[in-house]
Amino acid sequence: MPQFLEHSMTSWHGQQLLHQHSLVDQFDPRARILAMTLFALATVFSHNLLIPAIALCLSIGVALRANLDMQRTLRRVLAMDVFIVLMIVMLPLTTPGDALFHVFGFAASQQGFVQAMMIALKTNAVVLMLLALLGTLEATTLGHALARLRVPEKLVHLMLFTVRYLEVIGREYKRMRKAMKARAFQPRANWHTWRSIGYLVGMLLIRSLERSERTYAAMKCRGFNGRLYLLDRAVWRRCDNLLLLAAVGFVLLALWVSVGVSVNDVSMNE
Amino acid sequence: MSELIRVEQLSYHYPKRRVLDAVDFSLHAAERVSLEGGNGAGKTTFFNLLVGLNKPKSGRIFAFGRERREEADFHEVRAQAGFLFQDPDDQLFCPTVLEDVAFGPLNLGKSQAEAEQLACTTLAHLGMAGFEERVTYQLSGGEKRMITLAAVLAMQPKVLLLDEPSNALDDQARERLISTLQQLPQAMIIISHDATFLSQLSTRRTRLEGGKIGALS
Repeated sequence: MPQFLEHSMTSWHGQQLLHQHSLVDQFDPRARILAMTLFALATVFSHNLLIPAIALCLSIGVALRANLDMQRTLRRVLAMDVFIVLMIVMLPLTTPGDALFHVFGFAASQQGFVQAMMIALKTNAVVLMLLALLGTLEATTLGHALARLRVPEKLVHLMLFTVRYLEVIGREYKRMRKAMKARAFQPRANWHTWRSIGYLVGMLLIRSLERSERTYAAMKCRGFNGRLYLLDRAVWRRCDNLLLLAAVGFVLLALWVSVGVSVNDVSMNE
Repeated sequence: MSELIRVEQLSYHYPKRRVLDAVDFSLHAAERVSLEGGNGAGKTTFFNLLVGLNKPKSGRIFAFGRERREEADFHEVRAQAGFLFQDPDDQLFCPTVLEDVAFGPLNLGKSQAEAEQLACTTLAHLGMAGFEERVTYQLSGGEKRMITLAAVLAMQPKVLLLDEPSNALDDQARERLISTLQQLPQAMIIISHDATFLSQLSTRRTRLEGGKIGALS
């Protein structure tokens, strides 16, 4: 991946989008998750260009109101768009339909072009909204909110443990990597490099395993008996109802538009 | 003086290394005993044996008035002998400070309100009030150390087993830890290489060497 698209893969703190306190922060995390889910489903399941276009405008609006760090947000959206661009190029050429123009003898179809546009709009809208509504949450807050939404506790704890120890293991990796550099190690395409990287990964696995054993021992010392506890005090307020209502409104709009479109299709066919 | 922990003829060895060879040791109320010794001498292993994380190859362990043999015997020992691990990251696994400190009391059957109350008073007692909602992995080294101490103290133990508590602390955090520990009523065994740290705390000094624990003058 090019340098400018790279960001910390091991620290959630690095994942969290830096932003100033904003309108988005006053909503309860649960409301944000629910609204996000509704928004994403409505956008992804729509069959016309109108709803994804509206969705993208909405997410840009929310992202602006959320005071997201523009540079970092764009970097993340771009990282995803690299894959999307490939699809946009391929789809018109591979979808059968009315030819718009020809490339090296291959017909680029209008239907394929519409498909590609749709995918681009949908993915960008959903990802941008995701970064604005959920990317601004602390990982632990997200975990708590998921637990309160009755997501199985084991899954939530799996996520929280991952976030907790990703940072520690990431630090361990960086420390070992630095120690390698300090002894003049430079990755090259040779046997020595592959073997050293192998040692690094192996050592990281062993250390993580040992750490997990120590953590389990520490938990036993404090009387762990298979139950984990989450304590939080998020409060559902009126503005959370409003956020949810807005999301439901968007779903209804999407349904109404898609019903309208299919009725039009039927009448045109007649 | 009442005896809290006593071991008799305790032995332990790893596949290729003998670490404890027929050790006798006892800890009495209000004592702060240092346990010194070289790297790999088996000091942490000794702690693990005391709380039943490792099983002794031979010998007997008496703790809080009873002999302890089986895993079930040690559940009570772990509640009463608070073990502070060498690396705070091994101990702090909950997302927030409050949850981590309340984890022990909740396991001991306290209600959620009681456990939170206990956690908050323990934190306040250690001068860490206001850290309740902080995320554990974003704390500094000194803060992590104090939070792990709070997590152990919240279980209201009679004995503290401290494994290199002053490790990797700066002077300020170290001073703070010393003054905190000096005020605690619990009996302690302290593993440390830090001579000045030990001289300010310990009431009796011992050394683990060649598989034996002996008194240090």
